[in-house]
Amino acid sequence: MHMEKYLILNTLSYPVLSAIMLVPLVGALISLLIKDEQRLKVFGLLVTLVTFVLSLPLFTCFDLHTVKYQFAELRPWFSLLKLNYVVGVDGISVLLVLLTTFIMPFCILCSWRYIAKRLGEFIFVVLVMETAMIGVFISLNTVLFYIFWEAMLIPMFLLIAVWGGARKDYASIKFFLYTLCGSIFLLVAIVALYIKTGTFFIPALMDQEYSFAYQMWIFLACALAFAIKIPMYPVHTWLPAAHVEAPTAGSVILASILLKMGGYGFLRFCLPMAPAATLYCMPYLIALSLISIIFGGYLALGQTDIKKLIAYSSVGHMGFVTLGIFLLNDQGLKGAILQMINHGITTGGLFIMVGMIYERTHSREIADNSALGMIIPIYVTFLGIFCLSSLAFPGTNSFVGEFLVLLGAFKKSAVVGFLAIPGAILAAAYMLRLLQRMVWHDSDGHGHHHDEADSEDHGHALTDLNFREISMVVVLTFFVFWIGLYPTPLLKIMDASVAHLLQQISAGGAVSPVDPHAGHHALLEFGSWFKQIMTF
Amino acid sequence: MQVMLILPELVLIVMVLVLFAASLKKIQGIALTSMALAGAFLALVATVLASCASGTLFVGAYQVDGLSQLIKFLLCGGLFLVFFMCRSLSGIEEEMVNEFYLFLSLSTLGLVMMSSAVELLTILVCLEISSYALYVVISFRRGEGRRSEVEAGIKYVLFGAAATGISLFGLSYIFGLTHTTYLNEISAHLPKMMSSQPMAVIGMVLMLCSFFYKLAMFPMHAWTPDIYQGASNETTTFIATLPKVGAAALLIRLVSMTGTGISEFTWVLVVLAVLSMTFGNLAALVQDDIKRLLAYSSIAHAGYMMIGLLSGNQLGMTAVIYYIAGYVLMNLACFLVIYYIAPRGENITFADLKGLHRRSPVLAFTLAAGAFGMAGIPPTVGFTGKFVIFTSALEKGFYGLVVIAMVNAAISAFYYLKMARAVYCQGEEEEVQALPLGLGVKAFGAFLIIAIILVGIMPQGLMNLADQAVAALL
Repeated sequence: MHMEKYLILNTLSYPVLSAIMLVPLVGALISLLIKDEQRLKVFGLLVTLVTFVLSLPLFTCFDLHTVKYQFAELRPWFSLLKLNYVVGVDGISVLLVLLTTFIMPFCILCSWRYIAKRLGEFIFVVLVMETAMIGVFISLNTVLFYIFWEAMLIPMFLLIAVWGGARKDYASIKFFLYTLCGSIFLLVAIVALYIKTGTFFIPALMDQEYSFAYQMWIFLACALAFAIKIPMYPVHTWLPAAHVEAPTAGSVILASILLKMGGYGFLRFCLPMAPAATLYCMPYLIALSLISIIFGGYLALGQTDIKKLIAYSSVGHMGFVTLGIFLLNDQGLKGAILQMINHGITTGGLFIMVGMIYERTHSREIADNSALGMIIPIYVTFLGIFCLSSLAFPGTNSFVGEFLVLLGAFKKSAVVGFLAIPGAILAAAYMLRLLQRMVWHDSDGHGHHHDEADSEDHGHALTDLNFREISMVVVLTFFVFWIGLYPTPLLKIMDASVAHLLQQISAGGAVSPVDPHAGHHALLEFGSWFKQIMTF
Repeated sequence: MQVMLILPELVLIVMVLVLFAASLKKIQGIALTSMALAGAFLALVATVLASCASGTLFVGAYQVDGLSQLIKFLLCGGLFLVFFMCRSLSGIEEEMVNEFYLFLSLSTLGLVMMSSAVELLTILVCLEISSYALYVVISFRRGEGRRSEVEAGIKYVLFGAAATGISLFGLSYIFGLTHTTYLNEISAHLPKMMSSQPMAVIGMVLMLCSFFYKLAMFPMHAWTPDIYQGASNETTTFIATLPKVGAAALLIRLVSMTGTGISEFTWVLVVLAVLSMTFGNLAALVQDDIKRLLAYSSIAHAGYMMIGLLSGNQLGMTAVIYYIAGYVLMNLACFLVIYYIAPRGENITFADLKGLHRRSPVLAFTLAAGAFGMAGIPPTVGFTGKFVIFTSALEKGFYGLVVIAMVNAAISAFYYLKMARAVYCQGEEEEVQALPLGLGVKAFGAFLIIAIILVGIMPQGLMNLADQAVAALL
């Protein structure tokens, strides 16, 4: 069958992709039988670690010189609609799969003490979540993709709604409905593509040529789902609520992996399937990205809740990702993908740090957690590292990603580049503000005495990081610096796939939007005017 | 082997007679329950044995084909599950227990016969057999004040009688236009008339009203909330599942008569589907009584099924059968929980669901599977059903309709989510007592959960059966 030409079937001794997807699910089912809490935690950790180990061959055995989908598996599934179970990874998704399997053990570890109730259900939900997330990244079939995409909603909803904070009801329902509303149009697009082409197979869908109007519909339907997920201004409002209320593990999953699915969706659906529409919409999406960057950073600057601050900083960071994606050049795309990985590690680390301090002081307010430098020095050291990484300090991982994106931006147009710069400055401002207040005294003198009394309280109650916590952050820190200093292996992995993607866009972008129905004129004119500004 | 053709019917008739004899002798308790269960099980076995039968009987008025046999299997399987689930009959007047089994079996017999009927008057007679039995059962509820259940019973009768009257009126139009009451002969004339004769469109729509009534489809939906609320939990479980299977089968037969083209008739159905979905979902948002909520949600689901029907293609019809089978499973999951939370057969509200996960994890998960399934979240049968239905509609170009349906699915997610939230996230502080559940109930819950998920991710088997069943019609 013609599907094989897009695939390199798995040659490892075990079906690696199905294995890493199913191991957590099987583990989840087994975890229902375990009653003892300590054993449950160890079991959950073991399952995620085994999954991670099983996924390592994806890194070591990855063929850098092909754009085909590797480690692929192909099985018939549902003949009435010619559906196949087909999974595989390319240079983009393999990194995200690895990020997922890498982050998940941390989600169990950071919940060691945080989750006080219903631990069995917690482990179950987290493991089911891992299956669904890996499934999204490895699916090469739109229906399979959608099933995993939607299946993530239930465990994530439960994570927020059961183990969340004070406003968990509001946050969980907002998260659920927001994401669901986004993805219903994705489903319509998926079915519409099937009816047009007769296939659900993603690589084959990329190879088709569609008319411009059709591409626009597909692009808009998909982009809404992904823009909500990533999240992009103006559909970002679910994120702060969800982040703040979710337990630490939930925040880490959200920030590190769930948000990446939006970016991945853009790269997998919008760009290759609707290249002409992508080119047409590029200025608007760049503008929205810039707004996200500045708006997110600006809002982060005003937050008093640490988690909320990081949540808004995520909006800004993901703005850099979408900016990189829609620059549609080599540096931008690579920077965006790298930035997704970086954000996963850094913001995941930051949320873990917030969780740690919350376990100690039971507050996430900056004011309640100030002047910790003297009391818990190890903690603030690592906090400092993650904060610096988050503001893209040279030598840390985010610097490479943001630098590449900015490079791409300046290559595209000076205006875009200069508009993105304030975002980077804002990041420095809010992160340093956070760091300064948490490590040293509030220099304004505002509430000084109160703080002092507080810090004395801390002095008695606060303990520094224990072995479990240190080992977690050390591993994350290692990756912060490794990617910061030597990002070449990651860039090499995505090299071929990014080049292929760009080629697909330039080949498919030739479909011209010249189909001016009378009513479209004004829009087109506005578009060209807007484009002139943005490509100055 | 002519007997093979009507083996399920014969088994059901014998079962009805035996139950009738038991009611004369006032045999109750475990003996009666086992009798009913054995009868339903034998009927189920009979449908399996007769699954490959095909042929016509009674001068062509009764046709045994793939569709009828599949529907009979679903009906008898559903009857067995309902009997098994409700075997304690805690909500039924004690002296009416015999009649409860008797009339439900009789109603199922009517539905089973209806799935094979291919002549309009035969269809109507079968429909009435199944309806009349239900009219009686609705007021069997145990309780001090008999008001609400009697009200429900009377409403069901009045609406049912009105719907039948309208149907007969429509039937007279169709008969007048085609001079026959046999479906295969009507279908030879009807597709042409659908575009040229307004009378044919009006006649068809009016004729379908009885089935809209059974399926709780707009505009014949008004009885649903009151009957769901007023009837006992056992009866509601039955009404919410089996008659809808029968109605869906008949609608497939009748709608497929009008041909595969898009005609005025199709657009009428489009409007009805949109109204049904939207009204059902919006009204369900504000309900507190779970049975009332499920009533409104059933109105919405009737709308989704209508989308598959009006698509008129093979995929759409296949999807409707798949969807109705899945809908039975998901509905049973919800009613199982309702039934066992209310030991004295009372109605339950959201407040009763709180903290269910601590009272019984199995029931909590069953309800979650049912609710998320009905919301159409993968990997459940509800998602796969909606997905295939929407695919069939998009194949016909109904983009706007599918978008409306998707928006509706998103709206409905809210109240299903409310159920899941009550079960899993509320009632943390209160002291709750574990529900005393037998192994049978837990196993039944587990069976429903597994079925909802497994049929959802491996739809191949059921879809192929449904596909073969409708292939002969088109």
